[in-house]
Amino acid sequence: MLEILENNWLLFLIGQYPHGPVGGLAMTLFLAVVGLSLSFPVAVALALARLSSHGWLRGPATAVVYIVRGLPLIMFIFWTYFALPLLTGRTVGGVETLLFALVVYEASYLSEIIRAGIEGLPKGQTEAAKALGLGYFPTTFKVILPQVLHNMMPSLVSQFVSTIKETSLGYVISANEVTFAASQVNNQLMTQPFEVYGLLALTYFTLCFTLTSAARWLERRLAAERGGLGVQTA
Amino acid sequence: MGYVFDPAAVLTGQYLDWFIWGLATTIALTVAAWLLGMTIGIILTLVRMLPFRPLEWLVAAYVEYHRNVPLLVQILVWYFGVPQLLPRAIRMWVNSHHSEFLLAMVALGLASAAYITEDLRSGIRSIPKTQYEAARSIGFNYLQAMSYVILPQALRIVIPPLINQTLLLFKNTSLAMAIGVGELTYRTREVDSYTFKTFEAFAVATIIYLAISFGIMALGAFANRRLKLELR
Repeated sequence: MLEILENNWLLFLIGQYPHGPVGGLAMTLFLAVVGLSLSFPVAVALALARLSSHGWLRGPATAVVYIVRGLPLIMFIFWTYFALPLLTGRTVGGVETLLFALVVYEASYLSEIIRAGIEGLPKGQTEAAKALGLGYFPTTFKVILPQVLHNMMPSLVSQFVSTIKETSLGYVISANEVTFAASQVNNQLMTQPFEVYGLLALTYFTLCFTLTSAARWLERRLAAERGGLGVQTA
Repeated sequence: MGYVFDPAAVLTGQYLDWFIWGLATTIALTVAAWLLGMTIGIILTLVRMLPFRPLEWLVAAYVEYHRNVPLLVQILVWYFGVPQLLPRAIRMWVNSHHSEFLLAMVALGLASAAYITEDLRSGIRSIPKTQYEAARSIGFNYLQAMSYVILPQALRIVIPPLINQTLLLFKNTSLAMAIGVGELTYRTREVDSYTFKTFEAFAVATIIYLAISFGIMALGAFANRRLKLELR
């Protein structure tokens, strides 16, 4: 196992770079970070639309969230794979395809977290902001969302872990991330699949377990904060 | 470009058969993995309640592994990696009995078990210990207290998350296409590459997935309502 790591650690970490495109773990992290960051504004918009009093906003947003929740991510990836080149009129690489599919997929799940966060805040917050004369947007962006964001930090970290795990589907469309890199190593070696995929599992585990533990720590801190002084939620 | 959307083109003859086989395989894989996951999930829950700490840690490690490694990677480990470790005779047997289906079932079932045992544990934990003590003090024995007082309440709490788990499992069976299991997604790609009717093929699969997912979600919502009402 160590020998495999010794000979292939660079491929695992950064793919074929500098002789080819960046890949490996670097690409996995890039996809997860950029995917989640790009999906965040979409998720906020979806959550606000779902809570809107206008039916024409609420209806489509609710439909999107339900459709995404009802489909396997792989279906999304294939739809993107076929539809994106048609819509943009140019060839689209595996990484872009995966990124696009991830943004739509993550945005729907994230929007549910944000929506729950908004609904979880006491109604008095909105009422107080209105009483002070703030309109809808200042209320939402200056009063409600900052508190929601603070409260949802643990969920956000968990969602980041989910995103990291979901990037592994890049393997199916040959996007250059770490699972794909491992399959390349496996194809070269032929005889040690257990070691190669075991190493891959260990890589993901180390990364995700660290983050999951961080999420738990954040959760405890938030709980202490709420229980301790009660400043956050009055 | 004059593209005519024509779903009928992929819903005839052998293509229709492929979709039906794909759907049947998806359902078979879901049911098989669900049963395996439930069985192991219950066993793990019982094991971690035993008053012996090392066993609890082992179960915790099991849960953490399955939650922190992508399911696809778990499937790849089982499909490519594990047969290498098996004795030759067993490997031959597995290979001649649809190894991809069996190993996908094992991978999906074991991963579900990790989530199911977490749901079960939090369900049992949410029933206050005083309920048990009260049941014992009015003369119920352990089994009666469990079956008349604790479990009926715990089940109510556990059913909605378990239905959600079923939905996730159903969607995750699509990952088995990566190792060549002929389930719905795999068959859809096959129809696509034979007919070049990409959008029709994927539209059919999408509708099938959505129909079943919405069914499971509706069941979850129904269970949620029913069980909440009875608690009042």
